[in-house]
Amino acid sequence: MKKSKFLIFIVALVLVFLIGPFIVIILSSFNETAVMRFPPQGFSLKWYEKVFSIDMFRETFWISLKVGIAATFTALVIGIPVAYANVRYKYKGKNFVELIFSSPAIIPGLVIGFALLRFFIYVAHVPITLGLYLGHTAILFPYTVRVVSASLRNFDLSVEEAAVSLGSNPLGAFFRVVFPNIQAGVAAAFILAFITSFNNVPLSLFLTGPGVSTLPIQMLVYMEYYYDPTISALSSLIIILTIIIVQSAEKVLGISKYM
Amino acid sequence: MAYIELKQINAGYVKGSPILKDFKLEVERGELVSLLGPSGCGKTTTLRTISGFISPEKGQVIIDGKDVTNLPPNKRNIGLVFQTYALFPHLSVYENVAYGLKRRKVAKEIIKEKVNNILELVSLTGFEERLPANLSGGQRQRVALARSLVIEPDLLLLDEPLSNLDAKLRDEMRAELSRVQHQLGITMIYVTHDQIEALSLSSKIIVLNEGNIEQMGTPKEIYEKPATRFVAKFVGFDNELKAKFIKVNDANEVFVEVSNTTIMIDREQHFDVKSLKKGQSVSLFFRPDDTIISNMKNETSLAAKLNYANYQGNNSSFALTFEETEIRAIAPNVELQNSREIYFSIPSDKIIIEK
Repeated sequence: MKKSKFLIFIVALVLVFLIGPFIVIILSSFNETAVMRFPPQGFSLKWYEKVFSIDMFRETFWISLKVGIAATFTALVIGIPVAYANVRYKYKGKNFVELIFSSPAIIPGLVIGFALLRFFIYVAHVPITLGLYLGHTAILFPYTVRVVSASLRNFDLSVEEAAVSLGSNPLGAFFRVVFPNIQAGVAAAFILAFITSFNNVPLSLFLTGPGVSTLPIQMLVYMEYYYDPTISALSSLIIILTIIIVQSAEKVLGISKYM
Repeated sequence: MAYIELKQINAGYVKGSPILKDFKLEVERGELVSLLGPSGCGKTTTLRTISGFISPEKGQVIIDGKDVTNLPPNKRNIGLVFQTYALFPHLSVYENVAYGLKRRKVAKEIIKEKVNNILELVSLTGFEERLPANLSGGQRQRVALARSLVIEPDLLLLDEPLSNLDAKLRDEMRAELSRVQHQLGITMIYVTHDQIEALSLSSKIIVLNEGNIEQMGTPKEIYEKPATRFVAKFVGFDNELKAKFIKVNDANEVFVEVSNTTIMIDREQHFDVKSLKKGQSVSLFFRPDDTIISNMKNETSLAAKLNYANYQGNNSSFALTFEETEIRAIAPNVELQNSREIYFSIPSDKIIIEK
């Protein structure tokens, strides 16, 4: 039974390193003292109050939310047809299209951020919010295209052909028959992409500017000046929000098989 | 003019290397034609060409006198039944069946009437509100059948519709298909690799091999008078013996020699046996279950080595080696002496000859 003891040890190690930090953050957000400390001293909810009292957090939360939703939506609207074409058809340049739409996942975010900064600010003179939205849309393609492709591959092509043979044109067959059956995959893509956008730092670091920032960037900025448990409280809120979203989507749609 | 005609079709999945080459096919109105053949023989390609999901590189598809070669599949009014049933998973049985009528903008009351009638025809009344996931395999395939029939198609194409069902259900569905076909008189093209299915259902069978038609005929003709080596093997003439032709007499009885034993063959062949020349080599084909096994030699039997005998109740399955050819036989049990020497013979009316 040596082997199983070793396995348990490894699993425990993984859990400690995966979940441990979250527990530390959540517990330290209840600190009474103004210094991040673990184990926490005393118990207080004042840092949560402080999160809501800081305007910049509120403002950047809304910006992150808007950019996240708009970019995710756009990446889906373009990503679904791309996924569909790549799963269903063989065409010239297919490999190239696949490469283009997966490259943002391969190229480091800092490089994309810097390239887009040069292009948006110095060449195209794009407003900051628009630049953020476009940049985030680009980095979300790999997620939407891949997740939607996976759910399309699981969907029997015959079902679509049956709809066509019964009189639907290809577009009608897509909306009446294919889309209702890949909804869970689309929802999974939405959540995955939104979380990716909402958490993004490297790209936003370059694309935010005077007066326009995202929540993660604002958190970094805050931490440079104040090292108090406000950030722990905010992080805890984000963790809990994420868990609620993913859990309810899993309950309703069963998205985990597409992630 | 035939109801359905394929003229000089070249079609396939990769441009420039068609599976069907110069393919011709004619189906009469009201016929149930089976396309029979192993996988990769072009039967599904033929079906997809007729339904319009493959555009032929060359040739014409004609249905009821109209050239539909360039008509998209949704405009062809052809019913399709798939091996995987291909029901719409998110729609109820009723909605599945009503789908085609809705696309045709049929009035609601008429849709209701037609759907109810067709569900009655396939004995699924009472299942209207179920989702496909809550039906058995047989029920799903009946929904698929109803869905494709309710649009009153000019033609029904079935692509191995029974191969996902277990043996008992397959029998039931076969009977059901037969009944529906007789009741509605609809033209059907049925793709299968299962000879029993083809034999029991069809008015005509087309045997395909590598994109070519090997033989076309009634089930009886195909089963009893296979015209080529391929068809013979496909319908169960598994055993092959090399022989030399000796003569044919006035009663059309053919005499051949197999390793110094003369064998008489008295059976109508698919070609004129008078065209054979003395000394010409021929192949003899016969079925394992026509082969007679004995432990005693007689004039017409051939001596072989027994590899194994597999007891199966009334019969045994024998594997023999005769001059390096494997011969299979399914015959009544034989008391085996300890030797591996065994004798087999074939009734004179059970042998087909190939040149």
